[in-house]
Amino acid sequence: MISNESTSPIASKPSLQRDPKEKIKLHKTTASTWMINAVAISLILITLYTLTHLNTENVKMTEAFHGLMMTFDQMFLHPNTGADGFMVLLESLGISVLLGILTTIIGAVFGFFFAVIASRNLTNAYWGAGIRALMAIIRAIPTILWALIFSIAVGLGPTAAILGLSFHSVAYLTKAYSESIEEIDPAIIDALKVTGCKFWTIVFQAVWPTIIPSLVSWTFIRLEINFANAVAVGAAAGAGGIGYQLFVTSGLSFDFHEVGYIVYMVIVVTMILEFIAVKLRQHYLGK
Amino acid sequence: MKQPKITAASYLGKKRLVQSGVLALVAVIYAIGCFILQFDTIQGALSIPKAFSWLAVNFMPTQNSMTYLPQIMAKLLDTVLMSIASVVVAAVIAIFFAILGSKVTGINKFMQILVRGIASFFRNIPLVAWAMILLFSFKQSNFTGFLALLLMTIGFLIRAFMEIIEDEAGEAMMALKATGASYFQVIFQAVIPQIIPSLISWILYMIENNVRDATLVGILTGTGIGFIFDIYYKSFRFDAAGMTVLAIIIVVIALETLSNQIRKVIL
Repeated sequence: MISNESTSPIASKPSLQRDPKEKIKLHKTTASTWMINAVAISLILITLYTLTHLNTENVKMTEAFHGLMMTFDQMFLHPNTGADGFMVLLESLGISVLLGILTTIIGAVFGFFFAVIASRNLTNAYWGAGIRALMAIIRAIPTILWALIFSIAVGLGPTAAILGLSFHSVAYLTKAYSESIEEIDPAIIDALKVTGCKFWTIVFQAVWPTIIPSLVSWTFIRLEINFANAVAVGAAAGAGGIGYQLFVTSGLSFDFHEVGYIVYMVIVVTMILEFIAVKLRQHYLGK
Repeated sequence: MKQPKITAASYLGKKRLVQSGVLALVAVIYAIGCFILQFDTIQGALSIPKAFSWLAVNFMPTQNSMTYLPQIMAKLLDTVLMSIASVVVAAVIAIFFAILGSKVTGINKFMQILVRGIASFFRNIPLVAWAMILLFSFKQSNFTGFLALLLMTIGFLIRAFMEIIEDEAGEAMMALKATGASYFQVIFQAVIPQIIPSLISWILYMIENNVRDATLVGILTGTGIGFIFDIYYKSFRFDAAGMTVLAIIIVVIALETLSNQIRKVIL
């Protein structure tokens, strides 16, 4: 599927009289094409190795796929609210949505302040490098592990889930915001600096208004991610919400009709969030 | 107030009012959320230092936890390989659908809407649901984890690839079409060579992302690094769990650095 041709077909330097035997060079090998080929080939080799050595525990594939189709049929074509009833599911869904919103707000507030400190064009390099390294480490740990770690440290419940989800949000938004801040035209900051403005005046009068569009759009992207993570944390860390219902119905009571219903509910919420994000982006870009 | 003329002061005042309103709304939502979820912000903030000092004592890998290292590394390698395989297979499927469904290369309107719908559907089904459904049919095996990651990744990559094609391939396509090239010539000689650097960049990003997501899938389906963390965690071998977290950090950051270097060369 992936062709190995060059991205930039550069013809050889034109001369008026060409040797008829010499072929026209259609593809020039640059560092870029070399790297693309190397990456593509190694990825394909790794994939082939992995797929041929994949441990399937001797599950009979045709039977398993047949079973999967039956599960899909139960889920998507015959969904119902099962033993829990609509109100219980709606309440759990609300909890997951709230978890997503709360952690996004926490992430946005702290993310903004850390981003200001971490941006190369606002503060000195040492602070920036320190914050960026710390955030890279926090981001490297999956959200679910943060939630699990906090659930033993502060006890199982909403506090652990909120703290766990917030950690990743703060780190993610710090990176996103500080990239937006670093793209600001330096003239704007310089203009305020020469008038003798204090640091936070520059931040709130120049930086903040300039990056509001990207701030809003990154925050809503994070809200979508946080909702998905809230579902995941509910399932794997038992933190409640629709994820927990999903885990119980699909892993313990095997009621796939209800699983289907829950999945549809989650899809509706994510589609609404996506719709809001798209509209907001259009609103700010249209200005 | 009734002056029709907009002065700078009134404009800025109105803008400030709107901004303050939005911030107040956010604060109210936060307060309501805290009330419903029974989350005490101050208590929560105070528990962070407590949690970290607890972590520093209990999660710190000791001499003893070195004995777990070979097991951890083997599972981590498994997880990374699985992530790579799932992304590459997903990319092959996704590029096919993206070409069928994008606005510039798409066959017809119906196909575009269909592909968009499928991609959105696959993307929005929670990873938890995929993992649990597949676990039911395919039992506890690496193949289950692979499939869960694959299905999720396909949805993401179709959307990403479609956007890349629409952004980057339009002009090169038009140029080749003008020469009278056929549809497949246009696809293979213009579209794919044009988008391949961005394609690889996205593939690398998804690999990083899937290593992280594989932890979640692993906890649910009992495979890879997530499974081993779960075992250590549930049997209170916190030093080994800490060791696992440390190994994940190192591998994820190494992958991130490597892909950033590759990106610098190809883009």
